[in-house]
Amino acid sequence: MSAVSTSAQPPLQEHGGGDAKADRKLRQVREVGILLALVLLVVATTIVNPNFLSAQSVRDLLLGATLLTILAVGQTLVIVTRSVDLSVGSILGLSAFAVGSLFAAFPTMPVPVAIIAGVLVGTVCGAVNGALVALARVPALVVTLGTLYIFRGIDYWWASGKQINASDMPSAFLGMGRASVLGIPVLALVAVLVVAVVGWYLTSYRSGRELYAIGSEPAAARLSGIPVDRRIFMAFVANGTLAGLAGVLYAARFGTLDATVGTGLELQVVAAAVVGGVAIFGGSGTVLGAALGAVLLTTIGSALPILRVSGFWQQAVVGLLILTAIGLDRVLAVRAERKLRGGQSRGA
Amino acid sequence: MAQEPPPVPPPLALVGAAKSFGAVKALQGVSLELRAGEIHALCGENGAGKSTLVKMIAGVHRPDEGHVEVDGAPIEFARPADAQQAGVAVIYQEPTLFPDLSVAENIFMGRQPLARGRRIDRPAMHAATEALFARLGVHIDPARPAKGLSIADQQLIEIAKALSLQARVLVMDEPTAALSGVEVERLFTVARSLRDSGAAILFISHRFDEVFDLCDRITVMRDGRYISTDPVAELTVDAVVRKMVGRDIAALFPKQDTEPGEVVLEVEGLTRTGVFSDVGFTVRAGEIVALAGLVGAGRSEVVRAVFGVDPYDSGRVLVNGRPLRKGRPAAAMAAGIALVPEDRRQQGLVMELSVERNATLTRRWALSRFGWLRRSTEERTAREWTRRMQVKAGSLSDAVATLSGGNQQKVVLAKWLSTDPAVLIVDEPTRGIDVGTKSEVHRLLSELAGRGLAVVMVSSELPEVLGMADRILVMHEGRVSAELSRAQATEESVMYAATGQREDAA
Amino acid sequence: MAPEVTAPSSGQGAPFGPDRAPRGGTLRRLLATREASVLGALVVTVILASFWVDGFFTDRTAGFLILDVTAIALIALPMTLIVITGEIDLSVASILGLTSAVMGQLWFLGLPLETIVPLCLALGAVLGAINGLLVTVAGLPSLAVTIGTMALYRGLAYVILGDRAVADFPRSWTSGATQRLGETAIPWVVLLIAALAVVFGIVLHATPIGRSLYAIGSNDEAARFAGISVRMTKLWLFVASGAVSALAGVFWTLQYSSARADNAFGLELSVVAAVLLGGVSIFGGLGALPGVIGGVLLLGTIRKALELADVSSDTLSVVTGLLLVISVVAPNIVARLKERRRPDTPSVPAHSNQR
Repeated sequence: MSAVSTSAQPPLQEHGGGDAKADRKLRQVREVGILLALVLLVVATTIVNPNFLSAQSVRDLLLGATLLTILAVGQTLVIVTRSVDLSVGSILGLSAFAVGSLFAAFPTMPVPVAIIAGVLVGTVCGAVNGALVALARVPALVVTLGTLYIFRGIDYWWASGKQINASDMPSAFLGMGRASVLGIPVLALVAVLVVAVVGWYLTSYRSGRELYAIGSEPAAARLSGIPVDRRIFMAFVANGTLAGLAGVLYAARFGTLDATVGTGLELQVVAAAVVGGVAIFGGSGTVLGAALGAVLLTTIGSALPILRVSGFWQQAVVGLLILTAIGLDRVLAVRAERKLRGGQSRGA
Repeated sequence: MAQEPPPVPPPLALVGAAKSFGAVKALQGVSLELRAGEIHALCGENGAGKSTLVKMIAGVHRPDEGHVEVDGAPIEFARPADAQQAGVAVIYQEPTLFPDLSVAENIFMGRQPLARGRRIDRPAMHAATEALFARLGVHIDPARPAKGLSIADQQLIEIAKALSLQARVLVMDEPTAALSGVEVERLFTVARSLRDSGAAILFISHRFDEVFDLCDRITVMRDGRYISTDPVAELTVDAVVRKMVGRDIAALFPKQDTEPGEVVLEVEGLTRTGVFSDVGFTVRAGEIVALAGLVGAGRSEVVRAVFGVDPYDSGRVLVNGRPLRKGRPAAAMAAGIALVPEDRRQQGLVMELSVERNATLTRRWALSRFGWLRRSTEERTAREWTRRMQVKAGSLSDAVATLSGGNQQKVVLAKWLSTDPAVLIVDEPTRGIDVGTKSEVHRLLSELAGRGLAVVMVSSELPEVLGMADRILVMHEGRVSAELSRAQATEESVMYAATGQREDAA
Repeated sequence: MAPEVTAPSSGQGAPFGPDRAPRGGTLRRLLATREASVLGALVVTVILASFWVDGFFTDRTAGFLILDVTAIALIALPMTLIVITGEIDLSVASILGLTSAVMGQLWFLGLPLETIVPLCLALGAVLGAINGLLVTVAGLPSLAVTIGTMALYRGLAYVILGDRAVADFPRSWTSGATQRLGETAIPWVVLLIAALAVVFGIVLHATPIGRSLYAIGSNDEAARFAGISVRMTKLWLFVASGAVSALAGVFWTLQYSSARADNAFGLELSVVAAVLLGGVSIFGGLGALPGVIGGVLLLGTIRKALELADVSSDTLSVVTGLLLVISVVAPNIVARLKERRRPDTPSVPAHSNQR
């Protein structure tokens, strides 16, 4: 408020104003907000149908959220650098089919080897994206839209109409998809592990912070000596690897694979990250937020039928959620900016 | 102190450096020696090659010929990180911070203190940040994001970064352009204490008072070449300017006397909460009215609101007695207002578009017939106006980004004068353009006023204001603090009003 | 004015030097553009396909090809304008789907098609306006907004029609949509596409509006300072995008005689791919409509040729992707090679912008 005309020469030491706490709170509010929405949804659904919180249904919920969570975590790595990867659905499909075909071709193959091979397929795809974006300096949206088609096309060409069934894969591998520890599915534990490791990395390591720096102000990142191209390349490789991992887990969980696996997943993944507060133009957002976004989107899917809302509403609700999330972010950002600005004004 | 050649080799030197961009020779055979414990000024017109030189020292550009020396030994900076490693810190004209990251991270990005396991030690980082700010005598919360900090505070963060690098060589590229008087003083205190602790400082500024106040030696460049280096004591402002321009400067501010006509522009009680309040003035045909004041006093904001690019909360604007719809640049243009904005690159021009498209952008509807726009019409108009403005360009279809600053400004002027305005608002019309073009712009403004245009000129350069304006409105903290006639106005009276001191001046 | 800074060239004060021979220069410049390479690739593809693929070079094939690309071609027109202003609309396929669903439901409820079709077009405009308002008034990034409305509109389509399909549209309308031109096998839709292409082409290339679109895409702040109403312009582009997507939805429904909620699922990426392939910069400010038409036809031709050559159409996506990647990588690599020869020229705005 009329900061300029009223502030009569405050002491010079008061730089920057004291609203940093408010800002930090705003940032945390973002994750708390999603968590709250999630809890509300679960509570409301449970009131309607207590079975919603039964062990079995929670298991299903967690399993359902696993893949989207892992993909959203990977996508966060890329989005904070001001890029985007639209090819993750195709990478997932390709790696899932690779694992299936490996087992189909070599039935005696040790399970870990197949898993690693599947993950590596993702790594290679990610490296292709990363090289094109970081080295050839082509906008990520265009590159990954292109590789979305390329990876999917390779998948089709490889599958050529075939389908791989559960019977083609060893039970030890498929068991992984069903196993659980203390009632929690192993796959969900893998997702939790991924969130923890990547989240830890992003907040606690120099190279992790540099990803945010790159997304926040690319020119400044270059000037301050950050190896921008290498970091962006690695973000894409990591994202590809995680998409590969998600593909392996898909194969283990569903057992039936064809060339269409994961089609159309990419925008859902971006949506999860955006709902989770990852800024689409880079620089801010957390892995935890993205993961919560993914869980929220999945939960809505399973809660709607119980709330006696036609399942056909699911997508519409997801769309509304995305719009609400970015709208809310905008409102918060505008308010925070106003506060910060108000805090720093001082006389000439 | 820095009179005798020092016994130790200089911490940083440039030897016979040359650099070309395409056909443009930005630097040719430039040598420069920065000694420990001196503040060294670099002076030159825009386009003299100062920025290229800075970027060479910073490791952004590699010299085509010649080399950089550190402590007397040749060294190659392949990237900015190499220069950093060698103890060179650069504070650019515009601070280069990460808005989303915390203040502490901005200072220590890439060099964060580590705890066990190569983990970032956040408490240590914040403590180190606090310590740096204590040395600078300021307090900024290390945990707050850089977003929303004032330019001065951002500048301080850059300085803290340089301190944390234990830089032996500090380059400051026009650091004071956006600072107020107090902030400049603070910056100078820091710079002097760094010098006294043995750092070599390269200081670039267009403000001669600062250069002479702060620096020990002055190097002058012109057209990408080295001209001279002398101790400050042996120089005068006139001498430096002569070296910069390469000739004696003619009368810079040739405002003709004109008989003011009818009132064309009236601004009444214009208020935008928190930015400016109750601003009112009138401008007559044939008059040049200057808006003076410190950076941040709200001058640009007022003229932007008048033109309709920014909103305002109350008050009104009348052109030829008719009220203007607010927030509509198109309406302002229709009423005959033209605005040559402050930031040429961001607001004045679409840098990627051709000279032709930029020059005719404001007249796209006027040049079309039944909504159909013919290329030949556009080209003819652009040719006509760039000729009148004497724009130097390779071809009309070249991107306007390829022109020099002065020629870009001429394109902006062409684009607005071609709309045949009744009111011409110019915001810092000569910022960042060379002395020659500067006097040309002044002559043009005077000529336009002579032809009956009402001119509003926002300017931070006092000589320009005093030389050009028939009347001067001084703004302080969003309000008009004084209105001075040409006869009343002196440097002192304007500065008093600009700093808000209530003293009966002149 | 000060004589010492007068233009130096050729002595007679002509600041731009001698006039470059405009005809030859323009032609050479045209040949060097992205549009030219896309159109060239199209011609080469058609020639190759005519040689290698039996029955390719017939008007029958051309007719089917046009029906195949109708929706993409229509939607690519407004999309080109939107991308040139630096925005994007990913909700177009969902608008198509929702329009189709509404059309089916209204027909199911017994409304005459004469009423339904205008309603559908109006609906498309409204859906586009919602996108536009969120982008311009609320100031949200269009990429995120239209990912949101993509889900929302598709979701509403499911809400309206569920997984039902409405297929009993009157024969006169469905065959009307695929009606041929006279004796040829070319459908009349081609005239509609051509007419709209001409309209959009003129708006983009020969009107003040077009000029402002390029200015907005390059630097919207400077555009605002030149008196261009950036918000209104963008708003109307999204409205146009919605209305054209709805028109495509009406055609899609009649052409396949099937109103379904999942009609044209995923089509948005094909449209964007065609636009980018046609030489429009994803950063805005660059591109031309003929190139985009070339891009649409190139993708359609390759698909048709492979289909006739009995290559699974799914494999085609490799070709689509490769074309897209090559079309953007190649110029960049050329630029970088040039850059290497004279280092430090301001390079491509590598990561300076998102997407």
